[in-house]
Amino acid sequence: MPVQTEPPKIQIRDRRPLRGADEAGTAKKVAVRDLNFFYGRVQALHNISIEIPERIVMAFIGPSGCGKSTFLRTLNRMNDVIPGTRVAGQVLIDDHDIYAPGTDVVELRRRVGMVFQKSNPFPKSIFDNVAYGLRINRVTSSSSELAGRVEQALKDAALWSEVKDRLKTSALSLSGGQQQRLCIARALAIRPEVLLMDEPASALDPIATSKIEELIFDLKKQYTIVIVTHNMQQAARVSDTTAFFLLGKLIEVNSTEKMFTAPNEKLTEDYITGRFG
Amino acid sequence: MNNSDYIRRANSAFMTAMTALCTLLAVGALLIILSHIAWQGIGSLNFQFLTDSPRPVGEGGGIGNAIIGSLVLLLLASGIGLPLGICVGVYLSEIGRGRFGGAVRFIVDTLTGIPSIVTGVFVYAILVLPMKHFSALAGGVALALIMVPIVARTTEEMLKLVPHSLREGALALGAPQWRVTLGVVIPAAAPGIATGAMLAIARVSGETAPLLFTAFGSRFFPSSLNEPIASLTVQIYNYAISPYDEWHAQAWAATLVLMTLVLSINIVVRILTRKKF
Repeated sequence: MPVQTEPPKIQIRDRRPLRGADEAGTAKKVAVRDLNFFYGRVQALHNISIEIPERIVMAFIGPSGCGKSTFLRTLNRMNDVIPGTRVAGQVLIDDHDIYAPGTDVVELRRRVGMVFQKSNPFPKSIFDNVAYGLRINRVTSSSSELAGRVEQALKDAALWSEVKDRLKTSALSLSGGQQQRLCIARALAIRPEVLLMDEPASALDPIATSKIEELIFDLKKQYTIVIVTHNMQQAARVSDTTAFFLLGKLIEVNSTEKMFTAPNEKLTEDYITGRFG
Repeated sequence: MNNSDYIRRANSAFMTAMTALCTLLAVGALLIILSHIAWQGIGSLNFQFLTDSPRPVGEGGGIGNAIIGSLVLLLLASGIGLPLGICVGVYLSEIGRGRFGGAVRFIVDTLTGIPSIVTGVFVYAILVLPMKHFSALAGGVALALIMVPIVARTTEEMLKLVPHSLREGALALGAPQWRVTLGVVIPAAAPGIATGAMLAIARVSGETAPLLFTAFGSRFFPSSLNEPIASLTVQIYNYAISPYDEWHAQAWAATLVLMTLVLSINIVVRILTRKKF
């Protein structure tokens, strides 16, 4: 295991060229080994080991409180901000343990972006929301380049046509679905390698939800996406691979098709067919 | 309508009437005070009164020097007290969560309750005695010390109202803690912080006791921060305890001026910190 002696240099990579579908999902992007997680004395995750291949959509499903959101948040160390939490085990992203001493958490979060369950736009203008990550990371060198990146991010998030004439207005004036797509645009603007989505559509109506799902489908050409969802139809629609969590344990990981037709585990089948949860 | 319905409606009507009555009493008392001051003070108000310095009884004179003095003292106090108070508030809300933070919070709460005359005597001991004379500087420091705990606590409360999801959103974009606080949390709480600052300014602009021991008062227009300076409150106090009817009338007029001053500061700050987004 290579131990990082110095934090990796900040590098925001340019858009990667599209690869064919046959090439997707070959290289592993994230590998988790024997991860245990504690809120104080309560153990929330038990011995999780999983590999997430590059450029696919992986869905985490499971009943409320099963640890899927907690697990998602260990992948960019967002749990660090909650007092009294403890992690044991390894999370490797591109073969670097992100919990190794000396890891630059700020740099990690630039590479592993996150979209939250409840949309959380900053009380700033639409433009400034998307530009926030670019500005703090000093990604762009000129204001025209900045404007270009903001436009591209808004286009990637399928929001550009709706907001292009009012970029200077408050982000809070947008509808709920638009706000959530703005938050996705904000995360995409700094071009992360992995995008974590914590129930991104749970507070949205069916039309806004389908827009976000289409978006996820498009985004997987360039990003590795991990999505937590309560909605099993959604998992079936958007994901390539599905992981089922129960009571802090990872029960099964399988291709989505197999998971929803012939799962290996009895527990998975019971959950999917609605016998509990 | 059955019996319990009747009682419920009667109860509701009674409680509504009581709250309305209490509001009327509180607002009514305030209105009586304000109108009485306006009634008594308006007669002595004229251009000379607002611009001249005090003269012996029977020769007119004015409070121009006291108006300038009060403004200088408020500027000094705000210049010292607001940054200090806001920094303490930010520390309490964003950084100091442990035991030390708790101790600081307790001390700040205790400071809020210290009688202002004690602050005046304290500054007399640490500034006036070593300098061997009263000064505007000492007056400003005394008022600043009164402002700090008020500003600190309101700032802390306002920052705590900023949703945690905003902080997480910024952290997830790779923003370091200090940028989250400066760029997202404080701007989101700015109107509230400004309200706290305004309350503190309004509070100290009515203080007399701490100034008696520090700024002392003066019959002349101020020429340096290193000498005694006049203030509206001390002037009002001196005139009010004098045996002359003319000075009594001038005290009323000065009170009206002081009230107008506080009101204008209020309005200006409100306009400057209107919610933009």
